[in-house]
Amino acid sequence: MQPETKEILSAERFINLYEKHREFLSAQDTSHIAALRDQAMKSFTGLGFPDTSLESWRLTDLDESFNRGYDYHLKPTTGVDFHKVFRCNIPHLDTAIIGQLNGWYVSKDVPLMELGNGIIMGSLAEARKKYPHLVERYYGTMANDSADGFTALNTAFAQDGVFIYVPDNVKSPRPVQLINVIHFEENLFLQSRNLIVVGANAGLSLVHCDDSYNHQASFSNIVTEIHIGEHGVMDHYKLQNINNNSTLVSSVFFRMDASAQLASHYISLNGGLLRNNIRVHFNGPHGHAAIYGIYLMDKRQHVDNQVYVDHAFPDCSSSETFKGILDEHAHAIFNGHVLVRRDATKTDARQSNKNILMTDTARVNSKPFLEIYNDDVKCSHGSTTGQLDQESMFYLRQRGIGEETARMLLMFAFADEVVSKIAIPELRQRIEDMVKKRLQGELQICEQCVLHCNTPEHPVEFQIDLSKI
Amino acid sequence: MLLQIKNLHASINGKEILKGVDLDVREGEVHAIMGPNGTGKSTLASVIAGREVFEVTAGEILYKGKDLHKLSIEDRAREGIFLGFQYPVEIPGVSITNFMRTAVNEIRKFKGLDPLPGGDFLRLMEEKKRLVEITSNLTNRSVNEGFSGGEKKKNEIFQMAMLEPVLAILDETDSGLDIDALRIVANGVNKLRRPDNAFVVITHYQRLLDYIIPDFVHVLFEGRIVKSGGKELALELEEKGYDWIKKEQE
Ligand SMILES: Nc1ncnc2c1ncn2[C@@H]1O[C@H](COP(=O)(O)OP(=O)(O)OP(=O)(O)O)[C@@H](O)[C@H]1O
Ligand SMILES: [Mg+2]
Repeated sequence: MQPETKEILSAERFINLYEKHREFLSAQDTSHIAALRDQAMKSFTGLGFPDTSLESWRLTDLDESFNRGYDYHLKPTTGVDFHKVFRCNIPHLDTAIIGQLNGWYVSKDVPLMELGNGIIMGSLAEARKKYPHLVERYYGTMANDSADGFTALNTAFAQDGVFIYVPDNVKSPRPVQLINVIHFEENLFLQSRNLIVVGANAGLSLVHCDDSYNHQASFSNIVTEIHIGEHGVMDHYKLQNINNNSTLVSSVFFRMDASAQLASHYISLNGGLLRNNIRVHFNGPHGHAAIYGIYLMDKRQHVDNQVYVDHAFPDCSSSETFKGILDEHAHAIFNGHVLVRRDATKTDARQSNKNILMTDTARVNSKPFLEIYNDDVKCSHGSTTGQLDQESMFYLRQRGIGEETARMLLMFAFADEVVSKIAIPELRQRIEDMVKKRLQGELQICEQCVLHCNTPEHPVEFQIDLSKI
Repeated sequence: MLLQIKNLHASINGKEILKGVDLDVREGEVHAIMGPNGTGKSTLASVIAGREVFEVTAGEILYKGKDLHKLSIEDRAREGIFLGFQYPVEIPGVSITNFMRTAVNEIRKFKGLDPLPGGDFLRLMEEKKRLVEITSNLTNRSVNEGFSGGEKKKNEIFQMAMLEPVLAILDETDSGLDIDALRIVANGVNKLRRPDNAFVVITHYQRLLDYIIPDFVHVLFEGRIVKSGGKELALELEEKGYDWIKKEQE
């Protein structure tokens, strides 16, 4: 099968591709998943790729990204030894590591790790073969294919990605780090599909990184479904550090059963165009979701955070805290939509988006939005956009601190409200360093990234010590 | 002469606030500046510190014989000018320790010195905390965030003690202080007095001057220093208010 080369991204391309390769794509499917695929393709055929005529894409124009032209592969990209490409290393952080290269699961050992405590993690493709019923119970139940062309396309073409299953009453003893490295010698379109299930009373801390390794353009369409069972606790981090030629559309769907707790962090350090679709659905009462975002953008970078929280049950609380620093011609969009349904009494929902503009060419469009159908709720939303506080600048400089350093201190302090919420100390330290470097303009893609990528000339060991998980 | 201000005019948004200030401060001296609200005392302090929102339209400020005009805010600070703010700003997310370490080391760098080793820095912090009788853990907190009015003022004196300025301008550091805090602040100043440095204290209250004995008292009125005298001038103002000065001006 020849890879599709250098074509622009258009709906027709994928409609034709699906027709041609439908058999191949669904070869391993259960009938249920095969049906989902066809259904999703039908949705995609109707929806196509979103454009600026849609309200939620009004301010994010993908034309330039689409027109770059990309290869697309229905088989894992070969030719790069993943283990030589990078070593994942947050100093002193003890994590279980799951690697992806261009959206495909990679491993030195086994495609699916099954640990003594019942935790399963590894390739989604493999999990679908080995645990079809388990996967089927959750797969496709959170993502909504009928609403969004990207999600529909992802479901139609889903092949591999990551599967993590934490059984009821099990708490993952160490954080799991899921790393997707983009590395190819041509422009690449890639899709991956992740499914994460945190059982009732279970706990998982997941650090999900998207990193590019070179400066080749890429376009990623990543869909992640996350289920958190009753009284389950999840701490989730999404780190985005890709090159300026790359586009990332990430859609994360959370479903939270009664009393589930979620803290989800979106840390956007670099990228040409980053779009985060974050959807939280409360599937029972007493849930709590805290969503944090920090984005540091410059040049012509574009970041678009779309958060949708569905308060479908009473006594749940949600908070959104997004902060951004925008330099040069960067453009940020924040769209927060909280829906409080009729029965969702005692809902507590907060939205906040604060931005600092370093230049008068940087732009922000911020729209926190509450849609409330119940009287007995506590809701607040707010949004501010401004420059660095001049009083504070004067104060710092009056103590002998140079203008540049003073600016840095204030920007770092601004980011700190979000960064300080990172619950893993080693990760927080690392992100603080990266934010500092980013603010000083020192952060090179991948050279200093959270992965601590090594140069290809220095092959390094990539080890997962299973005994520690 | 440490500071020489000659016919200083300054305005903000086209509105003239300082209308010809003259002031001479020598090493070893303490000057008090008094005057009604809104007459330009804080403006004068800000202009000396180099705050850019104020435009100097005429006159000059000489510091150690050099014209300050071209010097940035931070370079003035590094040369030893310290401003104790009337309203210290809250800076969430910046700890006092981090703030002071940055300030101390940037000043050292300016003077061609290596950064102060961590241990030495912490010892210095402890020593200066004792000097201004800061017992609580204020220094681990963000700069001024959630501080009471009195704590903010003490924190200004603490910073002054850390940076050991040559010319310290204290803008109403006594306002809002209880008797004990007032004594602590005054003590802090007195302990830092040296023959080669000078203080300009802006105040509304004669009581501060019982603790910090000024060599000169000036009255700033409608953007000009209209009267100067010894410490007895402060007593006279306390007794009679500013009406007689206003009358004298008419
Ligand atoms: N940023 C500003 N914009 C416009 N006017 C200003 C600004 N800052 C100060 N002023 C004006 O300048 C004048 C002098 O203010 P300043 O703060 O220097 O007075 P002050 O003598 O320190 O008063 P107080 O005793 O109340 O502290 C006032 O009329 C004030 O309103
Ligand atoms: Mg004042």
